[in-house]
Amino acid sequence: MSGAIMNKTIKRRISYYEAEARQRVAGLVDEGSFTEFCPPDQRLTSPHLARLDAPLAFDDGVVVGRARLGGKPVFIAAQEGQFNGGSVGEVHGAKIRGLLLRAVQEKPAAVLLLVDSGGVRLHEANAGLIAISEIMRAVLAVRAVGVPVYALVGGSCGAFGGMGIVTRLCDRVLMSEEGRLGLSGPEVIETVKGVDEFDSRDRALVWRVTGGKERCALGEADRLVDDDMAAFREAVAALLLQSVAVSGESLADLRAAQARLSARAEQFAEARDGLEIWRARGFAEPKGVPMLTADEFNRQLSAKAQEEVPA
Amino acid sequence: MESFELILPARGPFPVAALPTLRGVVASGNLEVLLEPGQTPDACAITVNTSAQGFRTIWEAVLQDFAERHPVGGLRLSINDAGATPAVVSLRLDQAFDACRSAQS
Repeated sequence: MSGAIMNKTIKRRISYYEAEARQRVAGLVDEGSFTEFCPPDQRLTSPHLARLDAPLAFDDGVVVGRARLGGKPVFIAAQEGQFNGGSVGEVHGAKIRGLLLRAVQEKPAAVLLLVDSGGVRLHEANAGLIAISEIMRAVLAVRAVGVPVYALVGGSCGAFGGMGIVTRLCDRVLMSEEGRLGLSGPEVIETVKGVDEFDSRDRALVWRVTGGKERCALGEADRLVDDDMAAFREAVAALLLQSVAVSGESLADLRAAQARLSARAEQFAEARDGLEIWRARGFAEPKGVPMLTADEFNRQLSAKAQEEVPA
Repeated sequence: MESFELILPARGPFPVAALPTLRGVVASGNLEVLLEPGQTPDACAITVNTSAQGFRTIWEAVLQDFAERHPVGGLRLSINDAGATPAVVSLRLDQAFDACRSAQS
């Protein structure tokens, strides 16, 4: 290799998947612009985990606060997937809900939910379930005042259980292929329905069914992003530049969405693998889809979608 | 869980820095360290909460080593641990110390 090439500055890619919640916040927002609400030195820890004599985290596994991104004011919540699987306990949930309710009052340009969670923290039982439902209601309250809520899914825990539902309540969902989105996780499905239904140890299958490329092809995520901090930041910055026409979803919109979902359920009733969905979405070589870069994947998917629009 | 507090003599006052600072996460084999200004300028106050029971002697050795290698006078350290090995604890402490010093410049 020639010296000229060796000396060329190569931009270091920072994996969003591998980063901690605080590193994700720092990597996404304008440098030095982040102010944390309920920071760790306030020690808002889980009373339930303490009663169970289990390890506590000073932030209960979620970082919330305000920042700027591309100069625009945003509110941001980042779940720490490494702490109890990013699970939503009472305090964790209250921090996210509080952030959303503050957004209703202060109306930032957007709220960013950096989801990395298996759902409710089972140690906290009903308190966790209530917390998730409060977050759902609060997301809708933020959207109702015209502030968009964007979900970013690219962590190791993905977005499952109640946080999968919260993700789908957002205006837009940005996902990396590594990120996963669903309701019951693969292990839960295998436990309940048997290994013939879903082999959770077949990691490639798990990602072909729950990963970002599959979710984008089904229309559950809006854009695929490479597993790169800068790519996530650029994708969010692009969303912030769009004027979000908040057209409250009318009854007719909801009925049309329901009809689309029913047709989809029928079309893919027998599908066992993401490969079938990609084939149906017009990818000529479904087996090659896992190797596509995010740009190439988005290009091919939108080219096919435009073909389908009747002239 | 096992909890204990330690006050270690410091070899010098902690340089002015960005406090509080948090490093690490509470995950299996990992820990978080919160650095805050303390009450005692010539000593470092440390609180440890760990899921591994019966390792206090090793904790004290690792923390003592940290206090000998850095000027930690006037610092308060709070640790939530989920079974990190001594080497990981030592690295995380250094990382937290470096982080709050570099953040101020």
